[in-house]
Amino acid sequence: MAIETDVAIIGAGPVGLFAVFELGLLDLKTQLVDILDRPGGQCTELYPEKPIYDIPGLPIVNGQELTDRLLEQIKPFSPGFHFSQMATGLERLADGRWKLTTDTGTEIVAPVLAIAAGGGSFVPKRPPIAGIEGFENTSVHYAVRKIDAFRDKDIVIAGGGDSALDWTINLAPVAKSLTLVHHRDGFRAAQHSVNRMRELASEGKITFHVASVKALHGAGGALEGVTLAGADKQEWMHACDTLLPFFGLTIKLGPIANFGLNLHENLIPVDTARFESETPGIFAIGDINTYPGKLKLILCGFHEAALMAQAAFHVCRPNEKLRFQYTTSSSSLQKKLGVA
Amino acid sequence: MKIIATDREGAEHTLEGRDGWTAMEILRDAGLPVTAECGGACACATCHVYVAQDWYDRLPAPSAAEIDMLDMALAVESNSRLSCQITCTPELDGIKVTIAPE
Repeated sequence: MAIETDVAIIGAGPVGLFAVFELGLLDLKTQLVDILDRPGGQCTELYPEKPIYDIPGLPIVNGQELTDRLLEQIKPFSPGFHFSQMATGLERLADGRWKLTTDTGTEIVAPVLAIAAGGGSFVPKRPPIAGIEGFENTSVHYAVRKIDAFRDKDIVIAGGGDSALDWTINLAPVAKSLTLVHHRDGFRAAQHSVNRMRELASEGKITFHVASVKALHGAGGALEGVTLAGADKQEWMHACDTLLPFFGLTIKLGPIANFGLNLHENLIPVDTARFESETPGIFAIGDINTYPGKLKLILCGFHEAALMAQAAFHVCRPNEKLRFQYTTSSSSLQKKLGVA
Repeated sequence: MKIIATDREGAEHTLEGRDGWTAMEILRDAGLPVTAECGGACACATCHVYVAQDWYDRLPAPSAAEIDMLDMALAVESNSRLSCQITCTPELDGIKVTIAPE
């Protein structure tokens, strides 16, 4: 069953969240889709604890606090959130509305689509090893969905963060053999995970090498081994059938590229009165848009959200008149915010 | 000061550094393909460069945060650094960096 709303928003970063507020003041309902498992976008994924100094009125705030405050601000409007989902499909319905679909099957139907996707989707980093694409999803995996799929495998895990360590610990009991490789004998991971990994290594249940993966061997998607290079640049062949690289996430535009929008260097050109793309009914705000003078600043995205909301109102309510009001003085806005 | 940067195709670029700016900012300002997703907060490892060994040895040692973040970089070598953590100073005039693969 498709969810019907006024505005479907791709991206629950700061700009997508603030769009909920501006749209909400105009009585427009919202549904948000985000590939991450929580709101905040880059703010919470990349720099939750790093200070931001250029949010008007907040001399210093970190990414997590800013996200928390935005969530508090939009609470009265109870937006729908669809986390851990990638917006993958867009089609225009006969009645002129948009149907947005996600990779988990969520369908959102709305007259307006607002793309607030930042740089796109967070996706796993792919190591620059020749031919790795040919092994992906058969022998090379960037995530573990079912532990049982790795039973009796000869596994190499590459990386030194929490994911690499956690999966080393969790897959060790089911794997036929498990080798962890990392470029240094130090880890960006919880100390207890590091300790546990070292225990497993000393018990002979896993092997740890200070090394990196240089080449893959095998055919038809079936991995037979990897070339490892140690700190001294000595290379050796290591037999395995599974490689799990864990180097965190990076941002790629993703399926938005296939939405039929005119793109300029992976950005969506918009006009600066409505922040609408060249496709009527599709708006773009925040880092994903481009226009003369564009600055990729959160505060610019907030402004863009406000103007987008005004334009979106006329698309969603073509027969209604929009009266501009201030939250300071309008009792009807204050009622919506639950403060009057 | 000057930064001599080699891009992923092997072409060399001589860039004018600015005191107090980071090497990442100079590379990006010159249009070289340094993603720098986090904008220089040492939070993403997408401004990874290799520093010519003689220059690497003259840089202030990487912070614990940078060493940790390099764990999220791809194809790390012993001379890997995050260019957002290299600040332009007159002493670094002529520093040679190579943009790491992505």
